[in-house]
Amino acid sequence: MTKKPSLPPRDARLLWKLFVSTLVISSFTFGGGYVIVNFMKRKYVDELHWITEQEMMDYIALSQSSPGPIAVNASILVGWHVAGFWGMLAAVLGTVLPPLVILSVISYMYSLFVGNPYVSLVMRGMKAGVAAVILDVVFTMARRVLKQRSIVHTLLMAGAFIAAFFFKVNVMYIILSAAAAGLLLALLQRRRGHGSAV
Amino acid sequence: MALLYKLFVSFFQVGLFSIGGGYAAMPLIQNQVVDTHAWLSLSEFADLVIIAEMTPGPIALNAASFVGIRVAGIPGALVATFGNVLPPMLIVSLLAFIYRKYREMNALKSVLGTLRPAVTALIASAGVSILMLALFGGGPRVMANFQWLEAALFAGAFLLLRVKKPNPILVMLLCGALSLAVGVL
Repeated sequence: MTKKPSLPPRDARLLWKLFVSTLVISSFTFGGGYVIVNFMKRKYVDELHWITEQEMMDYIALSQSSPGPIAVNASILVGWHVAGFWGMLAAVLGTVLPPLVILSVISYMYSLFVGNPYVSLVMRGMKAGVAAVILDVVFTMARRVLKQRSIVHTLLMAGAFIAAFFFKVNVMYIILSAAAAGLLLALLQRRRGHGSAV
Repeated sequence: MALLYKLFVSFFQVGLFSIGGGYAAMPLIQNQVVDTHAWLSLSEFADLVIIAEMTPGPIALNAASFVGIRVAGIPGALVATFGNVLPPMLIVSLLAFIYRKYREMNALKSVLGTLRPAVTALIASAGVSILMLALFGGGPRVMANFQWLEAALFAGAFLLLRVKKPNPILVMLLCGALSLAVGVL
């Protein structure tokens, strides 16, 4: 394999820039993956022009449909794009470091504060709050599934909930079954006819 | 050493099976950390979700460090974090290669179709178990254990989120402050 001249050079300054940018994005974005990819688009497409708009859209879609945290997946893709293997490593390292440091500190403090009666009062109220936050997200997601008016998807959602909550079926089996169902469905549709499927 | 290996394998599984981002990793973390290994109680897990919500970074990485430190100190946090990012580093790198070669996205989108309802259900299951914890204080689900204050806070917070769509962190802080105020007064 010959190196194409269009490939960015593997120089230290580029790697450093990549590392610092993912470090900053990971340190200051609250609210999970969807927010982070937005910041990435602004940084890498609009500001640094490392990636085209269309490529970033595809990278975001890829990040959301691959295993692992969205922020990590997006930095893997951007890292490869900008500076190959070492770029990928630098980008992942930048993304991983802030939560590693912040949560390690919090984990130590948590063991100090967990017995405090005032802290546990606050945490009790916040548990009700976080349950509301999660179920609010679930409502929005479930509505999107129901809107597709697909009997298979609706049954799958109901079945997965019953299996997980009432029968305590291992989460990994449920995900594997859902993926298998998806493959089976795709195969059936292909058999029924090429044009009309999907 | 055996403990570090267990941490690595656990978070490797979380990384491998959490597809769809956001809260998708939450039921898997609960499965590994609470149900399988009992590294955290359900109540501590709920605290972890609260902390993850209020700090930057993906919930799976937050959980990896939080649990890793508690179980095996700094080496634990490092090993769990590495375990969590290794599956995407392998799989997403492969996808990056395929994407550059073929620029084909449709196959991926069709696989996502049936995963989304299942992931939604799993997040719902994890959310309901935290709700039950809040409503019954971790005890048996009988009326005698019912926590009226938490129920009111949940109902109020949920309505507020559905109708006004405020920042979730603010809603949680408000719930914490109200609980403290009622408890102290």
